[in-house]
Amino acid sequence: MTTYNKPLPQPNADDEFFWRGCKKHKFLFQKCLDCGLIRWPPSFLCPQCWSGNTTIIEASGKGKVYTYAVYHLAYHEGFKSDLPYVTAIIELEEGPHFLSNITECNPGDVKCDMPVEIVWDDITAEFSLPKFKPVRVTT
Amino acid sequence: MRKVAVLGVGMTKFSGKQTKTAVELLAEAAMDAINESNLKPKDIQALFVGNGLGDFSEGQMQPQAFVADYIGAFNIPANRYENACASSSAAFRDAFMWVASGFYDIVLVGGAETAAKMGTPLATRTFAMGSDSRYESPCGLTFPGVFGLLTHLYSKKYGIPLEKLKQQMAQVSINSHYYGARNAKAHFRKEITMDDAMNSAMVSQPLQLYDCCPFSDGGSAVILASEEKAKKLTNKPVYVVGVGQASAGNLMSQKDYLPRIRSRELASKQAYDMAKLGPKDIDVIELHDCFSIATIIALESVGIFEYGKSGEAVMKGETKIGGKIAVNPSGGLKAKGHPIGATGTAQVYEIVKQLRGECGERQVEGAKVGMTDTLGGDGGTICNAILQRGW
Repeated sequence: MTTYNKPLPQPNADDEFFWRGCKKHKFLFQKCLDCGLIRWPPSFLCPQCWSGNTTIIEASGKGKVYTYAVYHLAYHEGFKSDLPYVTAIIELEEGPHFLSNITECNPGDVKCDMPVEIVWDDITAEFSLPKFKPVRVTT
Repeated sequence: MRKVAVLGVGMTKFSGKQTKTAVELLAEAAMDAINESNLKPKDIQALFVGNGLGDFSEGQMQPQAFVADYIGAFNIPANRYENACASSSAAFRDAFMWVASGFYDIVLVGGAETAAKMGTPLATRTFAMGSDSRYESPCGLTFPGVFGLLTHLYSKKYGIPLEKLKQQMAQVSINSHYYGARNAKAHFRKEITMDDAMNSAMVSQPLQLYDCCPFSDGGSAVILASEEKAKKLTNKPVYVVGVGQASAGNLMSQKDYLPRIRSRELASKQAYDMAKLGPKDIDVIELHDCFSIATIIALESVGIFEYGKSGEAVMKGETKIGGKIAVNPSGGLKAKGHPIGATGTAQVYEIVKQLRGECGERQVEGAKVGMTDTLGGDGGTICNAILQRGW
């Protein structure tokens, strides 16, 4: 197994729960108990109503591509072998926008608004990254 | 609040990697500005410096203190501003406020960066620290990707086919290179064609090489003074009649607005309101074209064109000298170059030169009012300033 050489998440006090959830393949978000906003990125208070009254919910991992870009040049050694790779903002069905990568498809097939679902990339013993793949439509 | 004038401006040639440090580049630009103002370094009461990446590029913190000493403005208070690519624009706005408030009469504001020196991989990585690196780095997202995201989003939101939008973006870069070829201080001094742009290397699809500005080394500086001092020292004062600044969170936090940049809409409104002017009054604008799509987006958020319409305006020549508004007659970040800490006050440099009528073959004839627009990160900081001819 080759060593993972891309930048790793740097958990902080507010998002440590998120990365811990990812390791268990749970896609966790904070929800404000006062105004109901499901927020991203994590923070100790709700930016909409300033309440600190928070619960954690598990998101479905379903959403659609809000927008995307396909890298053909790598700025970092670790991404060279992935070229071309897709970065995308995913509009989650729970509301938040989430930055990720689209995998398991030809980069040329990615389109805005296409439905996607979560797929876990277990990158190290400590971290799993939430990534997304197109939802295969069966008729 | 007192009226504040620009007395003198200075700027080094913007370039690729060179041996001069940020301190040396800023000192060179500062002395040009001081000499143009008929002042001596001892007349400067405070120094405000934009420098984003000196810690990484040169292993040097607080270059501002060394610049003050280097030019013989001994022991004056000197502060550094880090607002990513808008660093010296934030410094400019604060310097303006210190003079407007009456606390200082004459201050020096400028910026310098040795971004090219770092080489592209380190420069791209450190520039990316200006967006939300916590969540962008693990995905492999950097600024070319951010603006790639915004390009697809713009195409989707306004129903403009990507092929058409790409042509509009290429025309933005062609215009910048046209003017850059006519600016002796520009990093790139060659014209490009639609074919050059369309056939250039793919970077972060849909962005190609000619959609992206370079990493540059350079410095720029401006002397600001009270109206009273200005009247004694120059018969061509350029007044700073409006300033604005706003911030925003990461791209995901801006979801209700994108591809509009909310912080730009707020900052430009502050500047217009203070100046009691509107977008129609602006003759020339130096705006933040870090990527070609950024020009198209910026022109709309500062109110020059309607949302979704500025690409068409670019194709009709409305953003060239002689059109509705002259956009980036300096060559912009794309061709003039982008030494990030120096970019904001270099925009002021160009506007002042334009208002004074000193730009030769790229002069906007009769320009009376000019505007600057600087973006830090992906909307994290926006600064706008409006300058007006005072004679």
